[in-house]
Amino acid sequence: MQIYLDNAATTKMSKTAIEAMLPYMDGIYANPSSLHLLGQQANEALFHAREKIAGLLGCDAGEITFTSGGSEADNQAIVSAARIGEKQNKKHIISTAFEHHAVLHTLERLEREGFEVTLLDVNENGVIHPRQVAEAIRPDTCLVTVMYANNEIGTVEPIAEIGQICREKGVLFHTDAVQAAGHLKIDVKEQNIDMLSLSAHKFHGPKGVGALYARKGIRLTSLMEGGAQERGKRAGTENIPGIIGLAAAFEEACENIDRNAEKTTYLRDMLIAGISEIPHSILNGDAKKRLPGNVNFCFEGIEGESLLLCLSDKGVYGSSGSACTSGSLDPSHVLLAIGRTHDIAHGSLRLTLSEENTEEEIKYTIAAVKEIVAYLRGFSPVWRDCVSGKKDFIIK
Amino acid sequence: MRKKAIIAMSGGVDSSVAAYLTKERGFECIGATMKLYDNEDIGLPRGHTCCSLDDFEDAKSIAYRIGIPHYVFNFSDLFCEKVIAEFVSAYLNGATPNPCIDCNRFLKFDKLLMRAKELNCDYVVTGHYARIEKDETTGRYLLKKAADSTKDQSYVLYSMTQEQLSHTLFPLGGYRKTQVREIAERLGFCTAKKHDSQDICFVPNGRYAEFIEKYTGKSSSKGDFLDADGNLLGRHGGIIRYTIGQRKGLGISAKKPLYVTKIDPAANTVTLGREEMLYSKRFTASDLNFISVAAKEADFPMRIKAKIRYRGPEQPATLTRIDTDLAEIAFDEPQRAVTKGQAVVFYDGDVVVGGGTIR
Repeated sequence: MQIYLDNAATTKMSKTAIEAMLPYMDGIYANPSSLHLLGQQANEALFHAREKIAGLLGCDAGEITFTSGGSEADNQAIVSAARIGEKQNKKHIISTAFEHHAVLHTLERLEREGFEVTLLDVNENGVIHPRQVAEAIRPDTCLVTVMYANNEIGTVEPIAEIGQICREKGVLFHTDAVQAAGHLKIDVKEQNIDMLSLSAHKFHGPKGVGALYARKGIRLTSLMEGGAQERGKRAGTENIPGIIGLAAAFEEACENIDRNAEKTTYLRDMLIAGISEIPHSILNGDAKKRLPGNVNFCFEGIEGESLLLCLSDKGVYGSSGSACTSGSLDPSHVLLAIGRTHDIAHGSLRLTLSEENTEEEIKYTIAAVKEIVAYLRGFSPVWRDCVSGKKDFIIK
Repeated sequence: MRKKAIIAMSGGVDSSVAAYLTKERGFECIGATMKLYDNEDIGLPRGHTCCSLDDFEDAKSIAYRIGIPHYVFNFSDLFCEKVIAEFVSAYLNGATPNPCIDCNRFLKFDKLLMRAKELNCDYVVTGHYARIEKDETTGRYLLKKAADSTKDQSYVLYSMTQEQLSHTLFPLGGYRKTQVREIAERLGFCTAKKHDSQDICFVPNGRYAEFIEKYTGKSSSKGDFLDADGNLLGRHGGIIRYTIGQRKGLGISAKKPLYVTKIDPAANTVTLGREEMLYSKRFTASDLNFISVAAKEADFPMRIKAKIRYRGPEQPATLTRIDTDLAEIAFDEPQRAVTKGQAVVFYDGDVVVGGGTIR
């Protein structure tokens, strides 16, 4: 038995994407900047991929820049907005406390350069109110960057409303849509989004490729010097197979978006209902305003590391917190941001589904989580103290 | 069914070879590296690539090379509470702590052992140089010195309980350090030539006084240097900067060299005297643990050899119990610089009888 419930970390590639990519590794492998026929064929494929993605996002092809993934797209969007702001003497940026580190660490770097950053409180349900953005905007604000959906607790933010506020106030709005793209319907024009980051491997595309949408007229800052690829905004020979795979996977995901969402939402709610039966457990993030595939729980008296390894032994592959480069688990900044205490944040479990999961798998997972939580609580001094009344339960 | 073991892999040569030997003996092995602190905790910037991250990578590469899974466990909260906080508090109280003993006691053989049990493992394995044997007549697990007397680490393991000893393996106990390095080199381990760790892992560059000041957020208050009669000799830079027997860095000129003989945290004074004043015969110890005999059945007074510092010699002494958790140690001959906060470990030949903390 092998049940993959770590789709927020990465997904299995779809057959469609793999098949779309193969000709560009084997037959049409030329450099798209080359003048010969083979090069032109590669360049043509690049053109069509860009058009396809633009069409799916509701923007023009010229507004799409391919990157190495979501992190690079986030970095480039934020740095570009900062450079634009700087010229107008606007050095204030608004974001939220539970962004991905690709955003938070970029903001920290800008702070060291003299920018001022306001991180909005994400409330207990992990959803910000558009009013918070409106209230935080100042005359010197150059950028609002709010993630579309959170990678750990899956909560979905009111992007269109925030976009409208930013548009009215004349402030650039970027959203990290790495978790949302391919899973939620996006229309950058309708939602007043100025910049958006996405990553192929989160919707059954290949790893190592992503895209940045930047509205026409927003001057991007190049993060890498070299050739004039991507209109001079991203040097380096284009990752043609990756880009083709990105386009194919994104198209497939968007075509099936309603059906996939319906299925995963059904499985998600089943999993949430099952795990909720465990005493002293709590769902993290709003139950409704969340990604179709995201389940995230905290358990009293349990450490995430043990829970994950025991689940892995039973063939259930989930995750917990955010894995740092060393592979160790730090208490998640996301869970801390929604007000979970340090102790509780250590005992979290994230299970993220895809449309390929089955009811049978979910039933097996519920039984496995119940059994392991009970087993680990048997070892836990914290749990013993709570049961004996020496210590109060934090999760009621 | 094959027995399962968790190997505590620090990223050093000893634990690398310990992992290899355990695998060779047919155990099902899991490599584990404990994350004990964040850079911020020890006053290094977050972005600073610390040596410990390299150690994690080394441990992982060894684990994968010998074909076992490897995990990093984040025990930094517990380490901060049980080891770092105690270390600081000991210095502030005029003692000289040994944090490695606390780390063994609360992290390796408690927290990690519990993690091992959660994961259905029978043993925790470390690269310590010491031996564990079962005494078939008494049924007790014995902690014994390593075959390589120059590397023996039984001193830092005296706090181990019977339960812990019964679930612990020290595969290097019968090896010499040179053999261990040879094995590592033969196998091409990247850790083969790594130096032995010397400093306290969480105190960068051994500057522990700076560390304590950063940790507490207070600079230690200056006070008086006194002679044995209470006469003022000069000013000291804060009691945390001194340890019993210290001669260097006092900044006091005298005809004969002066040594720290006493630290009084309450009065914030440091007493200095001549070397002969460092010698004493009797002292007490608490926080006792007995290994070769059950604490209740121990026959006092007991003739033992006592060791009062990691790199010090053992000396014959008589051990008498004063209270449940208080014992008096009387050396046959006066010993130099008995230091509060250090461990005293009792030996009977190669066998660790037990030990405690010097009061």
